[in-house]
Amino acid sequence: MSTEKTYAEINEKIKNGKAVVMTAEELIALVEEKGFSRATQEVDVVTTGTFSPMCSSGAFLNFGHSEPRIRMQRVWLNDIEAYAGLAAVDAYIGATQVPEHDPLNSNYPGEFRYGGGHLIQELVERKRVRLKASSYGTDCYPRQEIETYFTIDEINEAILFNPRNAYQNYNCAVNLSPRTIYTYMGVLKPNLSNAHYCSAGQLSPLLKDPYFKTIGIGTRIFLGGGVGYVAWNGTQHFPSIQKDSTGRELGPAGGTLSLIGDLKQMNSKWLKGASFLGYGATLAVGIGLPIPILNEEITKFAAVKDKDLYAPIVDYSDAYPNRKPGNLGFVSYAELKTGEITVNGKHVPTAPLSSYPRAKEIAGILKQWISDGTFLITEPVKLLPNVNDQITANSLKG
Amino acid sequence: MAPERIVLRFTPDTTEKPVIYRLVRDYDLVINILKANINPQKEGTLVLELTGEKYQQGLEYLRQEGVSVQPLIEGITRNEQLCTMCGGCTDICPTKALYMERPSMEVFFNDDKCIVCQLCVKACPMHAMEVRF
Repeated sequence: MSTEKTYAEINEKIKNGKAVVMTAEELIALVEEKGFSRATQEVDVVTTGTFSPMCSSGAFLNFGHSEPRIRMQRVWLNDIEAYAGLAAVDAYIGATQVPEHDPLNSNYPGEFRYGGGHLIQELVERKRVRLKASSYGTDCYPRQEIETYFTIDEINEAILFNPRNAYQNYNCAVNLSPRTIYTYMGVLKPNLSNAHYCSAGQLSPLLKDPYFKTIGIGTRIFLGGGVGYVAWNGTQHFPSIQKDSTGRELGPAGGTLSLIGDLKQMNSKWLKGASFLGYGATLAVGIGLPIPILNEEITKFAAVKDKDLYAPIVDYSDAYPNRKPGNLGFVSYAELKTGEITVNGKHVPTAPLSSYPRAKEIAGILKQWISDGTFLITEPVKLLPNVNDQITANSLKG
Repeated sequence: MAPERIVLRFTPDTTEKPVIYRLVRDYDLVINILKANINPQKEGTLVLELTGEKYQQGLEYLRQEGVSVQPLIEGITRNEQLCTMCGGCTDICPTKALYMERPSMEVFFNDDKCIVCQLCVKACPMHAMEVRF
């Protein structure tokens, strides 16, 4: 008889310290040894992880009120503008925003050494941040300017809210042009001389639940070293199953998550400001999702290996920027991880931008939390749209 | 004889002197320039590999000309606190001084192989690679 478990049953085991928890890597080994059926019986929760630059990240801050009050029409944190088109003393600091007088790409390629991501890291490290705000003055908020300092512990709320994180899959980026290009996928050397990819592959959360059978609104997760939650699907959530030119199915792609959590309990080891030469500043975010093993189907998905997960190879000198359809073929994460792939008949060295050792560490920490009984799994309030919903991308005219 | 790696520092007035030519002609040294940043009337640096019997005499000549000579010790270092082991540097590094072990995908830095080209210094998103002379 096939095994079926409920969230409540698994949580009961977690509370009693009897749950069997494994990382996705460990599950792969167990399935190889004992098969899907036995693994489904034995394992209760599988943990995943990813640590990678995720530009669509940021934090809502509420600074508290000054005397007299100011509405804060515009806000700068260490000279980086935060969006303040909200109620008084609320602002959103985005990971990719850079200081007012950053040279940007005027001295190409620009270095972007400091940005919103670095500022968020400093907030978590409890460093003092300079706040400057201006306003036009109203009867109820008469003050027009303020300049002061604060630490994360001195403000009311600091809520990490990342509208688009944990991409299910990502392009393998190459450069077909004769000049070096500087992209969010790193430095791509001319004439197809390197290839960059950005996924933890067999440890990556959304590759392990490709049809969103367990991940949904309210799912409790590891976020930035603390506890966070899935708030919604991410922006540009277009779950699909990739197919090559012959129609062969090559695994999932396109899903994204919108994540939320209290920044005050996070850890800067897992929220790190990053700079991409010639591109911009961003934030590397550590994320880990638990996958409850409710039945054998979920085991099968969670045990998929690097050799069966594929990334499309995309030219970032022309096809990507000019939005030309098609790609240069697909390559498995097993091939990418060897350090060399073949594209258009040429041997091309590969390098990742997503840290596999850190992804593994996150999956291990989450495993520990669940094994300790301190982290219970959550039945989603609502599951997220999946490939069957056939969501397609709209594009902008103009 | 194993090549010696040294860093030369030029003051604005010493950059005008053809010291490399003299090292080759007068001291019969084999020179491999690893890194050069020389501009007329500006301070400059030169990272060299030098081999030859008159190595010490060559260095003495450089000092007499007012060029500072220092051994190259760990020109580039990796700040372990900042490195997240993403691996993005490993295909940028021309000598494989930065490399990944597989299957762990951990990133290592072998400074014996480093030629101080500094490509990694700018390419590293975490600014984990630092220049130290």
